[in-house]
Amino acid sequence: MLKSDSLKKVKNDLILVCVILSLSLVGFIIFKLTMKDGNLVSVSINGDEKYKYSITDNLETDIITGDDDENTNTLVIKDGEVYIKSANCPDKICVGHRPISKDGETIVCLPHKIVVSVTEEK
Amino acid sequence: MKIETKKITVLALFSAVAIIFSYIEAILPPIWSAIPGIKVGLSNIVTVALLYKFSLKEAAIVAFIRIIIIALLFGNVMTLIYSIAGFVLSVTIMAILKRTSLFSTVGVSIAGGVFHNLGQIIVAMILLQTKEIGYYMIVLAITGTVAGILIGIAGNLMLKYSNKLRI
Repeated sequence: MLKSDSLKKVKNDLILVCVILSLSLVGFIIFKLTMKDGNLVSVSINGDEKYKYSITDNLETDIITGDDDENTNTLVIKDGEVYIKSANCPDKICVGHRPISKDGETIVCLPHKIVVSVTEEK
Repeated sequence: MKIETKKITVLALFSAVAIIFSYIEAILPPIWSAIPGIKVGLSNIVTVALLYKFSLKEAAIVAFIRIIIIALLFGNVMTLIYSIAGFVLSVTIMAILKRTSLFSTVGVSIAGGVFHNLGQIIVAMILLQTKEIGYYMIVLAITGTVAGILIGIAGNLMLKYSNKLRI
């Protein structure tokens, strides 16, 4: 009796995990489907918006930050997508980030305090 | 009276353990720096163990004491608001699921972990006025599940050994 009872609980636990995972999957799909293309690329340094580009621009530019201009992140806008091509930050998370193009997407470089975000502006 | 004294001592002991767990986690490097907020939540081991050892009341009191002390020592008003939101949601869902007797300790702990993250996301959405943060919940639901499994297993062990030691 006790054994089958605990077995049933483990089964319920697994159902719970499946429900949580499928809910997040559904959320992810809804999120992907409702995302709109953005048209503006903004670069903030230390929380202040410093540069603005159109996503239709094709350009490659170095974002220089730091007290002695020692930090470099190379931003690329190409074919309606934005990504960081290279950077001299220690973790390189921004370089590893996939290209962004949708409204609300961001690439963050924490060590250099840079936030690149795509937004929609009419 | 004697029982009361013992319980006060035991709860104080568990509070101390919970505070130490919080402290250990605060000085450890973040698990995944790309996404802030991913933590195992070691101190929840105590919450889960107390929920099963006593009841919601004792678990909530100890968790509350821990949150206040940690906020006073290392945090600020912001971290306090986040902690309380996560704590209220997770303790509530755990107490409800425990009462249904449908889930094991691990299952209850998983729900607690996921709802803890949910509470913090809701607070972040309100404080930062950006609903985009809500999408973090997808990641945090999964990490909350993993953390919940670990915490549930550890909570079970803590329960077992505290009973063995007759605490």
